[in-house]
Amino acid sequence: MSEKLLEVNSLTTSFKIKGEYFPAVDDVSFSIKPNEVLALVGESGSGKSATAFSLMGLHTNARIKGEVLFQDRKISEMGASRMNKIRGGDMAMIFQDPMTALNPLMKVKLQIMETLKIHGSRSKQERQAYAIELLDRVGIPRPDRVAEAFPHELSGGMRQRVVIAVAIANRPKLLIADEPTTALDVTIQAQILDLIRELQDDLGSGVLLITHDLGVVAEMADRVAVMYAGEIVEIAPARELFKNPQHPYTRSLLNSLPSEEMLGSRLHVIQGVVPALNRMDRTGCRFAPRIPWMDASAHEDNPQLREIADQHFVRCTCYKSFELKPDEADIEAEQMNVEGGNG
Amino acid sequence: MNLLEIKDLKVHFPIKGGFFNTVKDYVKAVDGLSIDIPQGTAYGLVGESGSGKTTTGKAIMGLNHITGGDITYDSQLLTGKGKTIDVREDIQMIFQDPYSSLNARKRVFDIIAEPIRNYHKRTKKELLDEVLGLLGRVGLPPGSLYKYPHEFSGGQRQRIGVARAIALNPKLIIADEPVSALDVSVQAQVLNFMQEIQQEMQLTMMFIAHDLGVVRHMCQYIGIMYQGRLVEEGTTEDIFRNPQHIYTKRLIAAIPDTDVDQVERNLALRNAIKAEYDESFSDNLDEEGRAFPLQSISETHKVALPGKG
Repeated sequence: MSEKLLEVNSLTTSFKIKGEYFPAVDDVSFSIKPNEVLALVGESGSGKSATAFSLMGLHTNARIKGEVLFQDRKISEMGASRMNKIRGGDMAMIFQDPMTALNPLMKVKLQIMETLKIHGSRSKQERQAYAIELLDRVGIPRPDRVAEAFPHELSGGMRQRVVIAVAIANRPKLLIADEPTTALDVTIQAQILDLIRELQDDLGSGVLLITHDLGVVAEMADRVAVMYAGEIVEIAPARELFKNPQHPYTRSLLNSLPSEEMLGSRLHVIQGVVPALNRMDRTGCRFAPRIPWMDASAHEDNPQLREIADQHFVRCTCYKSFELKPDEADIEAEQMNVEGGNG
Repeated sequence: MNLLEIKDLKVHFPIKGGFFNTVKDYVKAVDGLSIDIPQGTAYGLVGESGSGKTTTGKAIMGLNHITGGDITYDSQLLTGKGKTIDVREDIQMIFQDPYSSLNARKRVFDIIAEPIRNYHKRTKKELLDEVLGLLGRVGLPPGSLYKYPHEFSGGQRQRIGVARAIALNPKLIIADEPVSALDVSVQAQVLNFMQEIQQEMQLTMMFIAHDLGVVRHMCQYIGIMYQGRLVEEGTTEDIFRNPQHIYTKRLIAAIPDTDVDQVERNLALRNAIKAEYDESFSDNLDEEGRAFPLQSISETHKVALPGKG
């Protein structure tokens, strides 16, 4: 077995809009080693979740190109029955939306026991006991009572924890966590992140962590890939990325967070919105429309990812001369942004 | 002057059960909460889910039954028996989820015009001008007027929600997790502009959130809620620089920081505080498992500590 747990090569996932296919994930390549946490960050619409769904083979109406290797097996070409042996077993996913990820007609314990049954050989009693243990581990109070509840009887945070319990039930080698803690309180979030770390330590699991919370990224990730409009625009070891962010998008994101230094002042705003799939200029720098004060010559045609330091890749040349938007233009730009984003 | 005074507010929900569906017990969602919000300030109400923040907000709005206690708005008692004072014009709410809080079948114009139509007589022309003015104020183009909510992004919808909330020139706004459903970049936009509107209109705001970072950015005062009661209250400075209650300390320690150099230290601190919390938290509660009454430890800073005084 190679040292890579997951290898993604030129993954392109296209969706059909009015009879034509447009890539939402556009030529994305990355890899995850055992025991490594790769964070995937970006705004909604940047293709993070579409990437995760492609890896798990959960898209039904998409055209997917490129290859995905999991433990050296080419899962991108596997049929449903072989894939079902891996999905939920060695490769599991925490879904973002706990409202739709659970079956409303099934008791909580049965949803966990179902995945245990498919991938394991425990007896029914053992499965039930283990399901309750899992609920306890994800921080659910009175797990024996919650196990008998239906999803609608639980709050959003509790449901999210059930979703997490289902995902870690079979102790996956690769955990794809799509915004696992977005709906949760900070204290529960800390608990869930601990749990993911524990899983890593026990099993050497790799984690693909999709999130827009940069604090969580700083805390959890070994490497970070920043995604914008379907492309990875910057990928680097976490420390390097936070210390020395290069791509204009990465720097803008880091600057839009409320922080101690920003108290009492306006937050930095990234002007405009992520362009719609079918209205995107795919030849130039995709972030260019959101930094219009930059000269066109700063960008390159067909921007490529280039290694600018050890393990640190950045797309397009515009990072070299990029400056954050000057303050005076802030308000004006925000006005434009709304009009532009409303097309 | 305090625009809003909440005194010993209690909201209990009955749990029914048994053969005759009789009341077996109560869920004490809010159990003895007192808050004063001075005119023109933003007060952040922070707590975990289930701590009663939203219930408090709804109680102020008159959307919940109130079991006990008084809510005084602008020296008028809202909770008196037998009389209902209509202050809904003055108190408005911004909801958490910009996707479900706007009627999908109504156009933006009708959504924003609805509160105005309810309270004032306006000609068509006046109404149109007023709604256009509101759209401008929240930074949406006039072209949005006859569009439907689904045509907007999350941040823009939240702006529509804000436009509706400020349509009647309210004095108090209850914002229930207004940015927790939004991306960071959009969150920055909405926070900036809520801050502007608050200053421009001299609004008093109750900002309900679980994200302490956001609350710190927006609010002058913060109250930390635990199981229906406040465990600590003070200025933003007090809470962040000098947290006293173990629960507050734990909440603050649990916020992930983007400073990669501090990660190890933060984790160690968090675990230490969690250990202390697990060990001693029950000492911070009375026999019934409730937080102790607040005691002042400085002019602005109050903490629920056992024993003293």
